[in-house]
Amino acid sequence: MSERERLFSSKNMELLKNPLGSSNPITVQVLGICSALAVTAQIKPAVVMSISVIIVTALANLIISLLRNTIPNRIRIIVQLVVIASLVIIVDQVLKAFVYDVSKQLSVFVGLIITNCIIMGRLEAFALANKPWPSFLDGLGNGAGYGLILIIVAFFRELLGSGSILGYNIVEKLNLEKLGYENNGLMVLSPMALITVGIIIWIHRSRNRSLIENN
Amino acid sequence: MNRNGNTYTFIYASVMVIIVAAVLSVAAISLKPFQKKNIEIEKKQNILASVNIDVEKELTESIYAEKIINAYVVNSKGEVIEGIKAFEVDMKKEHAKPVEERALPVYEAQTGDNEIKYIVPLYGTGLWGPIWGYISLNSDMNTINGAFFDHQGETPGLGAEISTNLFQDPFSGKNIFNVKGEFVSITVAKKSEKAPEQHRVDAISGGTITSKGLQEMLQNDLQNYIEFFKKKKI
Repeated sequence: MSERERLFSSKNMELLKNPLGSSNPITVQVLGICSALAVTAQIKPAVVMSISVIIVTALANLIISLLRNTIPNRIRIIVQLVVIASLVIIVDQVLKAFVYDVSKQLSVFVGLIITNCIIMGRLEAFALANKPWPSFLDGLGNGAGYGLILIIVAFFRELLGSGSILGYNIVEKLNLEKLGYENNGLMVLSPMALITVGIIIWIHRSRNRSLIENN
Repeated sequence: MNRNGNTYTFIYASVMVIIVAAVLSVAAISLKPFQKKNIEIEKKQNILASVNIDVEKELTESIYAEKIINAYVVNSKGEVIEGIKAFEVDMKKEHAKPVEERALPVYEAQTGDNEIKYIVPLYGTGLWGPIWGYISLNSDMNTINGAFFDHQGETPGLGAEISTNLFQDPFSGKNIFNVKGEFVSITVAKKSEKAPEQHRVDAISGGTITSKGLQEMLQNDLQNYIEFFKKKKI
């Protein structure tokens, strides 16, 4: 091991920044789509879900990275799952205790963070082979990359579907209904989340041409 | 030690499981009181919703204490049973017992117009899982003052509509006894000659099984209270 790396060296910052853009888990790796469809009808649950996933990915990455030299190779997937599942259960319990209404809205999807491919993917691909601090940053970055897309999708779905932002009803306040504007009920249904994600991927790729597969 | 050997793997797995179990138990036990409180507040909100009072989470406790002036448990003969707290009755467990042995909770609410409303809880089955609710009667023990329903997992947009005001509001003003004083409950169906307007509310299109389940829940649960209603009326 050579000299100590600085905590926020440019290499480490890349770990944090890349998942927000060029290696975004949803728009580039197309992972974690199912929960992105389910919890994005409103912004508040999307924010809570994002925070939960960020916490779980970051801590799971950190813990697995700390344990990486002790984990028996044959049961490493089981160990990873146990770590993720425990973290998710704790998050679920905390949500039930402190934001009960949101936890009811998220219902099974908090539990399903366990099966979110982003987390397992990062543990296998990154935490098992890297030191704790970079792993922690990688977890934060990937969680945030997932959360970013979730919140963008939720913003448009809530705005166009229910005419509000974070529960604050804009359409009603501006009296748009009198001008003949109507909320688009379709936006509230899950298929529109897929289409919104599709549009985001389209914009993302047209801006960053290196992401386009050439075939 | 050989990290790929069986002994190491077994010890590793055992230690890990014990540590995880300990951490999760501590988390579950220390968060339990908060969770219980949330469930209680939600129940109080639901009870208040059935007398058409919508409250914020923070104000629930004080408004509940102010509006719900009495709560007790009766049996199917309409006699008050001492020693059981109405709020703590678990409707699911009660439904597993024969009707004669059931504890039937009643809440008395004093709302704006100084008339006492009687609230009874309901519990039944929808399409995918349990549905439940509270229904409040005016002191004539016949006219419905308000209703509240909720569900565990009915189909969004169809059966799940039972928890919306659009479905619940029409219950106000309906009668559960006919002019001859016979118990007829409320029919949840579309307009027809068989179901007089005074005893019918609109069902949900596409949510037929949930609507039927709700109708059955009203019929089954309200009929246990008939004796109590008759006693209170006089």
